[in-house]
Amino acid sequence: MAEVPSIAIEFVFVHNNTSVIQDEVLAQRLGLIPLKGSVEGINWMRWFKKPTEDDPEGGSTPSDFNTIVLRLDVKCEKNPHAAAGEDDPRKLYKHAHVYARDITFHPVGRQEQFFVGDDAIQPVNPDILIAKLRPGQKIDMELHVIKGIGADHAKFSPVATASYRLLPDIKILRPIVGEDARKFVKCFPAGVIGLEQVTREEASQKGSGYEGHEGEMKAVVRDAFKDTVSRECLRHEEFQGKVKLGRVRDHFIFNVESVGQADSDVLFLESVKVLKLKCARWKRGLVDLAR
Amino acid sequence: MPPRRRAPISAANLRSTQSGEAAASSRPGTTDASKRRRASQSKPAPPPEEPTPVVEEQPQASDEEHSHTSYRHRDPFDALLEPFYYNKGLTDPINTAKDKWNLLPAFLKVKGLVKQHIDSYNYLVEVQLKKIVESSSTIRSDVDHNFYIKFTNIYLGFPRRADEPQDVRADFSESTVAPHECRLRDTTYAAPIQVDFEYVRGRQRVMRKGVAIGRMPVMLRSSKCALANKTPAEMSVLNECPLDPGGYFIVNGTEKVILVQEQLSKNRIIVETDPKKEIVQASVTSSSNERKSKSYIVLKKDKLYVKHNVLSEDIPIVILLKAMGIHTDKEMLLLVAGVDKVYQEDFAINFEEAIKLGIYTQQQALDWIGARIKINRKQSTYRRTHVQEAVEAIASVIISHIEVKNMDFRPKAIYVAHMARRVLMAKNDATLVDDRDYLGNKRLELAGQLLALLFEDLFKKFCFDIKMNIDKVLNKRNRAEAFDAYSVITMHSNHITQGMNRAISTGNWSLKRFRMERAGVTHVLSRLSYLAALGMMTRISSQFEKTRKVSGPRALQPSNFGMLCPADTPEGEACGLVKNLALMTHITTNDEEGPIRNLIFMLGAEDISTVGGKELYGPGCYTISINGTPMALTRRPKFFLNAFRRLRRMGRISEFVSIYINHHQRAVHVATDDGRICRPLVIVDNGKSRVKAHHLEKLRDGTMAFDDFLAQGLVEYLDVNEENDSLIAIYEKDITETTTHLEIEPFTVLGAVAGLIPYPHHNQSPRNTYQCAMGKQAIGAIASNQFLRIDSILYLMVYPQKPMVKSRTIELVKYDQLPAGQNATVAVMSYSGYDIEDALVLNKGSVDRGFGRCQVFKKYVTNLKSYSNGTKDRLSGPQYENDAPIRKHALLESDGLAAVGEQVNAGEVYINKSTPDQSMSSGFASSDPGRPVSYMPTPMTYKLPDPAYIDKVMISVTENENQLVKVLTRQTRRPEVGDKFSSRHGQKGVVGIIADQADMPFTDQGINPDIIMNPHGFPSRMTVGKMLELVAGKAGVLAGHHGYGTCFGGTPVQEASQILIDHGFSYGGKDYLTSGITGEALPFYVFTGPIYYQKLKHMVQDKMHSRARGPRAILTRQPTEGRSRDGGLRLGEMERDCLIAYGTSQLLLERLMISSDRHEIDVCEQCGFMGYLNWCQRCKSSRSVVKMAIPYAAKLLIQELMSMNVTARLKLEDEFPEMKGR
Repeated sequence: MAEVPSIAIEFVFVHNNTSVIQDEVLAQRLGLIPLKGSVEGINWMRWFKKPTEDDPEGGSTPSDFNTIVLRLDVKCEKNPHAAAGEDDPRKLYKHAHVYARDITFHPVGRQEQFFVGDDAIQPVNPDILIAKLRPGQKIDMELHVIKGIGADHAKFSPVATASYRLLPDIKILRPIVGEDARKFVKCFPAGVIGLEQVTREEASQKGSGYEGHEGEMKAVVRDAFKDTVSRECLRHEEFQGKVKLGRVRDHFIFNVESVGQADSDVLFLESVKVLKLKCARWKRGLVDLAR
Repeated sequence: MPPRRRAPISAANLRSTQSGEAAASSRPGTTDASKRRRASQSKPAPPPEEPTPVVEEQPQASDEEHSHTSYRHRDPFDALLEPFYYNKGLTDPINTAKDKWNLLPAFLKVKGLVKQHIDSYNYLVEVQLKKIVESSSTIRSDVDHNFYIKFTNIYLGFPRRADEPQDVRADFSESTVAPHECRLRDTTYAAPIQVDFEYVRGRQRVMRKGVAIGRMPVMLRSSKCALANKTPAEMSVLNECPLDPGGYFIVNGTEKVILVQEQLSKNRIIVETDPKKEIVQASVTSSSNERKSKSYIVLKKDKLYVKHNVLSEDIPIVILLKAMGIHTDKEMLLLVAGVDKVYQEDFAINFEEAIKLGIYTQQQALDWIGARIKINRKQSTYRRTHVQEAVEAIASVIISHIEVKNMDFRPKAIYVAHMARRVLMAKNDATLVDDRDYLGNKRLELAGQLLALLFEDLFKKFCFDIKMNIDKVLNKRNRAEAFDAYSVITMHSNHITQGMNRAISTGNWSLKRFRMERAGVTHVLSRLSYLAALGMMTRISSQFEKTRKVSGPRALQPSNFGMLCPADTPEGEACGLVKNLALMTHITTNDEEGPIRNLIFMLGAEDISTVGGKELYGPGCYTISINGTPMALTRRPKFFLNAFRRLRRMGRISEFVSIYINHHQRAVHVATDDGRICRPLVIVDNGKSRVKAHHLEKLRDGTMAFDDFLAQGLVEYLDVNEENDSLIAIYEKDITETTTHLEIEPFTVLGAVAGLIPYPHHNQSPRNTYQCAMGKQAIGAIASNQFLRIDSILYLMVYPQKPMVKSRTIELVKYDQLPAGQNATVAVMSYSGYDIEDALVLNKGSVDRGFGRCQVFKKYVTNLKSYSNGTKDRLSGPQYENDAPIRKHALLESDGLAAVGEQVNAGEVYINKSTPDQSMSSGFASSDPGRPVSYMPTPMTYKLPDPAYIDKVMISVTENENQLVKVLTRQTRRPEVGDKFSSRHGQKGVVGIIADQADMPFTDQGINPDIIMNPHGFPSRMTVGKMLELVAGKAGVLAGHHGYGTCFGGTPVQEASQILIDHGFSYGGKDYLTSGITGEALPFYVFTGPIYYQKLKHMVQDKMHSRARGPRAILTRQPTEGRSRDGGLRLGEMERDCLIAYGTSQLLLERLMISSDRHEIDVCEQCGFMGYLNWCQRCKSSRSVVKMAIPYAAKLLIQELMSMNVTARLKLEDEFPEMKGR
């Protein structure tokens, strides 16, 4: 996932910034704003190569296929229509708060074809607070967006959280019935353990542990998927030796929470693709090594 | 005095970051420091468009949902007084046991954390100044006996600038000066000291009012300060932080604190023993307005003597008592020993001494003493007889704080007898020896008292100077005009101003009058963090020498309980000598003694001077002492005590007057003096707390304040001595029938700095002490005016957070509003090898997102001086070459100062100053007006290897009209390997590695830790509080509230664990983690949760240093020392030992000589001296001169020895003689 590309603000050209928040801090905040736009367009975009120390002239020049230009130009002024005695600065002044929605997109070249209408480059969430201003203060800056990967900087990460867990496995070794069963249910999140009546059949079965408990409630595993494995049931003496918690070693439950540029399922497939590519490269390397 | 002219208000002229659209295109900022700048001219961006009106509409639409919070500025304490803790509303029932802590914010609201400083300063300004002037109000001339100047009144005005008129006049308008202006302009925040006086001019008496005799620095937030009684909103208009505690001074632009000084009490008898010399002695340091002296009563070889500086030898006590008019031996015996046989026996031996010397009468005694008085007075006065000499000494030198009125020596005799009795008591019972380290025997000296001493000295010198001056003028026979003393007074006003300024800015209190020579009284207020400043205001420094290896004064005394913080003391040499006040302490100011004395007699006590020794020490008789002086006698001490206390609780006498019974001494002590430490406690009688639920309800409603609790006798102040005489219950459940008081809140035993540790009662005690030292180094927000300040160095955190686990103290000191740290999700596990020895693993994702990011501001100042010949320093614009500024002038604008917002790199000029060449030549330059002045460039260049940005440029004018330029640079730093972090439990560590987010372990929920900490930090340090912080913090995160880790309270673990269980977590805070590297589950559960981490000021960037070759010191030619001078890394003695032991002689030779200060000299084998150019000057030959290489330092040593007439000859020998033949 760290190598699935996405776009983020990388260069900030400060024309004027008289706010309390310093240039570098503001630039860092801007960088972390997740941007969205046409996926097709983003795929079409190419990497922007930055000059290195060995090769100071080797950087690519910004053009339509590697740089997207945004602008942030806000000025705070007094609101002449504010009610007397108003003390909320957002009502007292215009643009007291600068939000992500104040960023404007300025397409260049072929970008005009890719990023149109709803596909235009824009912040995923327009309500992200960037800075606060007071009358007379001004922010005027040009923001260059490039494509990058999360391994370089967290702002390029296309996901908020992306993780997996193994499917919990709860085994009730010996029957848990009656009051204990009710307590057992409480040791797990709702819906993990259910209660069932001990049937006559079970009760009549010798050695099952249900003898004489007919009609009482017994605990059964309903949905281990919902369990958070808090291991609470292991704390209580009455369940000692009656339950075994484990995980299914080959059952992965993935949880991918996209930041908003692409859908989670697409991102998952993308990351698998990256992984596959890596494996292929590694394999090739192995072959080369063997030679 | 020259007429003062009203200068234009030269307030700081701050250049804002605005630099216009035109110049702005060359100011690229990048999202990360590592990114290089890109010329923006090449950008293919289209011309900026007007923003569409749709964008304009949006904000208003969604503003509605944000606007439920009110922006009205509120008193920060209001929130605390609102009972929202434990989610209680106004209607909730009140539990006195749990809610009486509400008294604490009420106390702090009236008293505040630095109130002791402010109170003492206010006392100085309002009371003490007047007393000082009263005691020496008249100046008389020795020449003209009709002439006099009499000061009738003195008062301190409000702060004004030095260039504004200081005297009260018709055009006397309010000054607009605010403290922040003084900080920026490097001026002193001071107010004129104004006097009313009358004097004789010619034949008339003239009165003058409001004449300034000098300027006194004003303590911030004192009654004279511009910030007094201002609301937070008004404070912010003055650019001042509402949370700033005040209590310090601004002198020449630096903030100076006068630390609280701890001393042994004055005018009290202290009995001590010297087991080595077998001496028991009672000493008293007398201190009155006129004199300070120390008197002793010593028991030497079973005999009692009086010892004093003025006496050339110890005099037997019987002689002194006789001299004081105790005629009969019997009376003397009774006065000292009473009817007790043991003491009588002990004392009887002393009579022999007097008989041996043949002294039987008062006259003889006085004569004998007079002969032994050191005569050190000026010879100008007439010669006096021995008797007169002795009477004078006994009356006003020995034990000088007891006044002798109308030659009545009786009170002093009783005092001496009392001292003698204490010595005899201590001799017979070693437990009656006083403990010098006992807090009740200590007094704290505050800013007000120290300034009073200083002012008194300066004022007396001022009066003396005026007298001398007037005498000189009046001596002249024929004066042109009538002499006006007013001009003399104004002429001398500078002495007081400068004396005050110098003392506060250097910290040297040298007052000859009181033989006081103290250095280091003031310190620069540390603005490293809010807490550092606050911690400094509560600091107490002791007068003990740091080098002495005694443990007594350093040990934690039981009497410190609730008064001084048990955790907050530095490590190392000052350990235990520098202390800090606890949260609820107050330091008393002086109260009038007279009314109390009257009260004592009104309560039925007998005057002590009317009773003899028999009654004095009779059974059931208790003496009553005021401030250590026996005054009266009572036979019902308990009744007296209760009556006295009742009056105090009724508010008839000051609440700070203390009274207690000492049964060993059979004495009731009343104290009204200043510098006693005291604290409020709830009064308990008949086993019930006087503070009831309805009182607390009223406190909540705001209908009752802390002062009402005092006035209604629910709460009272106890000083250390009185506290020692009380039975104080800590909790309401502990109250028994004999309990007299109830603690308001137990966590107030800690001070402000120790109070921010969560669960400190679960930590090993030194860990709390370590945290107290480290909390002051944490980077965070320092004040709400931090971006307006220009400090020489300022560390700020970009995104400070308030701690997840708070404590009551944190809220009370408002640390949560100016925090210094961030809540990091910590996993306690091992990760790679980069986390051993307390190293931390940081998550790169967290760092990218702003964790631990901080800013460093540095100040660079210059003064544009003007010289005596009329020339001036000047600023000049950049030098051009090929139509572009030369490289090092790239940042400069036309005014010669760097543009705001630009990046400065090493070698670039930010202030292009030049100095006139002939600045030193006097006067003659003006005679040649045609010749242009030539200037020498003296630019200020940026020297640090790491670039910074120009944050601010300030141009202003100092007090002496010089132009002042301050440039503030800013660096924004992200954490790097080697930066120091610490939790709040004395657990510091450096960053060992910054790991990719993808490689960090994650939980089932997908949570990555921000920090991985090695578990080996726990077992030996036993910081259980840290674990509890984690659990309480995790529970708080899940439940959506703050955890509380208040000392002796806080969220119980059971409660926190239950929340964890309810949210599907393990009760212990341990989680199942998956490795980010292998993707497999970790075979152990990991303790994971939020812990508050502080970034400390020690950063690699400031310390990283290496050198291959570089500068050398001139004298020794060895490489220079230290990073700032690009110095070498020393191969020290121990390293040298290693090389010797290992036997690498050539490496040793290379390190110590060749790479350092190798020097070739010519040595004459003949005489052993050094020659020059193959020539020995001593032997006048070059025959046996040989060359050899030695360290330059060795050559220097030889020559230095020669310069002091010590010969050092070099005897040379061939090491391999057989080689010579070949």
